Amino acid sequence: MDEINSLMQGFSVAMTLPNLGFMLVGLLLGILIGVLPGLGGANGVAILLPLTFSMNPTSAIIMLSCIYWGALFGGAITSILFNIPGEPWSVATTFDGYPLAQQGRAAEALTAAFTSSFVGALFAVLAITFLAPLLARFALKFGPAEFFAVQMLTFCSFIGMSKEPPMKTLAAMMLGFALAAVGMDSVTGQLRMTFGFPVLLKGFDFLIAVIGLFGIGEILLTMEEGLAFKGKSAKINFRIVWQTWKELIRHWRTFLRSVLIGCWMGITPGGATPASFMSYGMARRAAKDKDSFGKGNIEGVIAPEPAAHAAGTSALLPMLTLGIPGSPTAAVLLGGLLIWGLQPGPLLFVEQKDFVWGLIASMYLGNIVGLIVVLTTVPWWAAILRIPFAVIAPVIIFICAVGAYTVHSSIFDVIMMLVFGVFGYFFKKLRYPLAPLVLALVLGDMAESSFRQSMLLSQGEIGIFYSNWLVGGLMALSIFLLLVPMWAGLKSMLRRREAGAHLGR
Amino acid sequence: MGPGNEAAGLNRRIPEAGVALALLVGGLIVIVDSLRVGIEWADDGPRAGYFPFFIGVLLAFSAAWILLQAVLGWRKETKLFSQWSELRDVRAMLLPTTAFIVAIPFLGLYVPGALLIGFFMHRHGNFGWLTTALTAIAVPVTFFLIFERWFLVPLAKGPVEAWLGF
Amino acid sequence: MKLTKIAFALGASLALFAASAAHAWEPTKPVEFVVPAGTGGGADQMARFLQGVIAKHKLMKQPMVVVNKSGGAGAEGFLEIKGAKGDAHKIVITLSNLFTTPLATAVPFNWRDMTPVSMLALDEFVLWVNAETPYKTAKDYLDAVKAGTDNKFKMAGTGSKQEDQLITVLVEKAAGKKITYIPFKGGGDVAVQLVGKHVDSSVNNPIEAEAHWRSGKLRALCVMDGKPMPYKTKVTATQAWGDLPTCKSSGIDVEYLMLRGIFMPPEVTSDQVAFYVDLFKKVRELPEWKEFMEKGAFNQTFMSGKEFADWVAKAEAQHVSLMKNAGFLAK
Repeated sequence: MDEINSLMQGFSVAMTLPNLGFMLVGLLLGILIGVLPGLGGANGVAILLPLTFSMNPTSAIIMLSCIYWGALFGGAITSILFNIPGEPWSVATTFDGYPLAQQGRAAEALTAAFTSSFVGALFAVLAITFLAPLLARFALKFGPAEFFAVQMLTFCSFIGMSKEPPMKTLAAMMLGFALAAVGMDSVTGQLRMTFGFPVLLKGFDFLIAVIGLFGIGEILLTMEEGLAFKGKSAKINFRIVWQTWKELIRHWRTFLRSVLIGCWMGITPGGATPASFMSYGMARRAAKDKDSFGKGNIEGVIAPEPAAHAAGTSALLPMLTLGIPGSPTAAVLLGGLLIWGLQPGPLLFVEQKDFVWGLIASMYLGNIVGLIVVLTTVPWWAAILRIPFAVIAPVIIFICAVGAYTVHSSIFDVIMMLVFGVFGYFFKKLRYPLAPLVLALVLGDMAESSFRQSMLLSQGEIGIFYSNWLVGGLMALSIFLLLVPMWAGLKSMLRRREAGAHLGR
Repeated sequence: MGPGNEAAGLNRRIPEAGVALALLVGGLIVIVDSLRVGIEWADDGPRAGYFPFFIGVLLAFSAAWILLQAVLGWRKETKLFSQWSELRDVRAMLLPTTAFIVAIPFLGLYVPGALLIGFFMHRHGNFGWLTTALTAIAVPVTFFLIFERWFLVPLAKGPVEAWLGF
Repeated sequence: MKLTKIAFALGASLALFAASAAHAWEPTKPVEFVVPAGTGGGADQMARFLQGVIAKHKLMKQPMVVVNKSGGAGAEGFLEIKGAKGDAHKIVITLSNLFTTPLATAVPFNWRDMTPVSMLALDEFVLWVNAETPYKTAKDYLDAVKAGTDNKFKMAGTGSKQEDQLITVLVEKAAGKKITYIPFKGGGDVAVQLVGKHVDSSVNNPIEAEAHWRSGKLRALCVMDGKPMPYKTKVTATQAWGDLPTCKSSGIDVEYLMLRGIFMPPEVTSDQVAFYVDLFKKVRELPEWKEFMEKGAFNQTFMSGKEFADWVAKAEAQHVSLMKNAGFLAK
């Protein structure tokens, strides 16, 4: 096994004492970045990049990639504790993580999130270790039509699962799509819905909507329910970790599914955020007790986290082998490689063996060290919930404003955050579902441009979406997933009508 | 819940109709702008307004539907949106937050942040003025150190920071 | 109005020569380096590289902070600079969107709303095809496009109504046939789409496609400059950047270079401009910069002051006519 030898070689490069030190520094910084919304992995990596020029490239990339792992771990923390996703890919974690925290099970949810992130990353690294050339070839198969099919699949796996009134679901989803369309149309370069306001040029960023809808909206709701966070009674001790682990093993199927989705989405590169949504949707589809999702089902945390982490990890593969960054953070790392005179591309694995295998070995080590670090901090995070509400509420609002501002350094975005917050409050109270809105906002732009790129390629022929097995298969699967809940809904409607029990709500 | 409780809170129909109306207006704006950029399907695929047009139509349609339901059931609706006392609590959060955000363009993020935290701790927390002042100042200063000094991410600053030389 | 602005810009640049000997001004707080494009693109890479080497060699006492403002094809970033009157702690790196975005979208900004500092380099454009295609030379490719029907050939590029699409229009002119242009988000994506054979050709900058060229997946046909590039080190087994013929010599009459230049907000003092001119002069002397230039096969022209302002004015006129002929002007 050639890979094993190279990997062992890599471990000997990565396992030096200074490198382990850099790893720890990187991880701690990363967790901090993950916790603070608006400070993304890209910021951390970009800021530290200049500092790393005096190190050797392998140590530097180990430290920088550890920031990345740390950020992936840390994103879950605020999602679970305060319903504020620190990073876009932790949005799906809020759906069940926050209810769990409210029930006093924050420590359990955090343990589950961290552990499942770790599992996701581990599998993705294994895939990179042994299947890199194969996976890189697979990524090349993805043209615009295939990307559209993937986005379609994400959407279809998630849709049809909302319990809210159908018209409100439709309205929420369309609002998400409409917001995604604001700004420049990437295909024709025309400005849409900007009405001459320069502040609208950049469109509505996903993070700002999410910080407002979830974070500020939640604070307002909490105010209404009395001046306190629920879940104060959180048990805080290390036994919880063991207990949660025992429970996690029972969910191995969810793990497996999420890891596969995550790796695939990271490599193609579809992104960690869609991967987490898709896994959540699929897990709910597969579960027996569908209704418990969204109310604090631990599986709702286990599903999105490994997918996000696996996608985030495997996104480094297309960066290293093809030079396409799978995420903004990867893009900045890519810039770093260039400055060190390392040209990412198919030859990197041949020309820079030490560097590549050192990096891969550090992925294993970084994630193991990362898991230990975050697990030991679980009690402290859970203890944050004990801070009096009168202190934590304004601090959260301040953090949200900082987060919204840093996305584009724009004060207008902070104002929009408040508007989203007020809407979030009303939507929650009036039973408009937020998940379809957020998903539409993430996918709307991407899906429209891949669709129209495909149309340009095929000169307007819809046939491009079943022109080969890959795109055809993905499309068929999406349509199947779309029809299943419709069929189930129709059946139950008919049954109800037969029974004649017309119980209006 | 009988109609007798009406006085205790805000009836659901008003926010229901209000949000639907806002969405309806949003949908119409999307439709109008899509017509401007072109909504047809040309030889090489849809124009820039093709998808937004349908999105706008569906948004306006669903919003109109919800609005209609709310109006038709105007008299029958008895459910409360919230109790007045609950709404007062929400207002107690919303007003300072709004003031905070309105102040940002003029004073930057840090000073209004300190004021918000201070106000809130004083008003709702029964903290001593020393604890309040220390927390209110410590949080923005920590953020200043983390963001501006450490990660070199500039945040919005106002005259006070300029006066201090930043 | 406009005249006074030009006069001012020229005046500032003239004054710069006088003041360059002993400039008194230095940044007193972190300098914001605005990139009017997303992370990972050519401009972003260059900005982050500059940030890195300036910090490494301590060329400036204050740190430099890269801020991406890519909204509205870069309009967001340029409007920010335009609005920051007299703020010498902000600079912006340019792409061709300095010219194309205001023309295509009618968003009101122009290079004359800013203070030109210096040109760093010019980015080359190369015509690429997949190595498995039968086109060995630019002429083969051109003949194939000529022989085919309209829209048979597909060109991938970055952005819409920007430099890549302008070049595509010029290639169309040379061939007399329509070429389908497909816009993607970034240069890296474009190169991969070409490797995956989803499109027939691209006009990537050298640095974006170099890795795929070296690994034998892509073939470089010609360079869109007046003369071949000066780099003689072999990149692939047989070819160096310098071995590529000009597109002009192969019958594709296209000459296009993209400005990588630095601008400041309006109404800054000549001392402040001089500081940055001097800073980037120092950067150009660094071995890292030379290596970066060679890696990306940049055209290493450097200009500042009036010479630079004149060059930008000429480039602007060129873009107006290109955009007009391509029908990309905002209605």
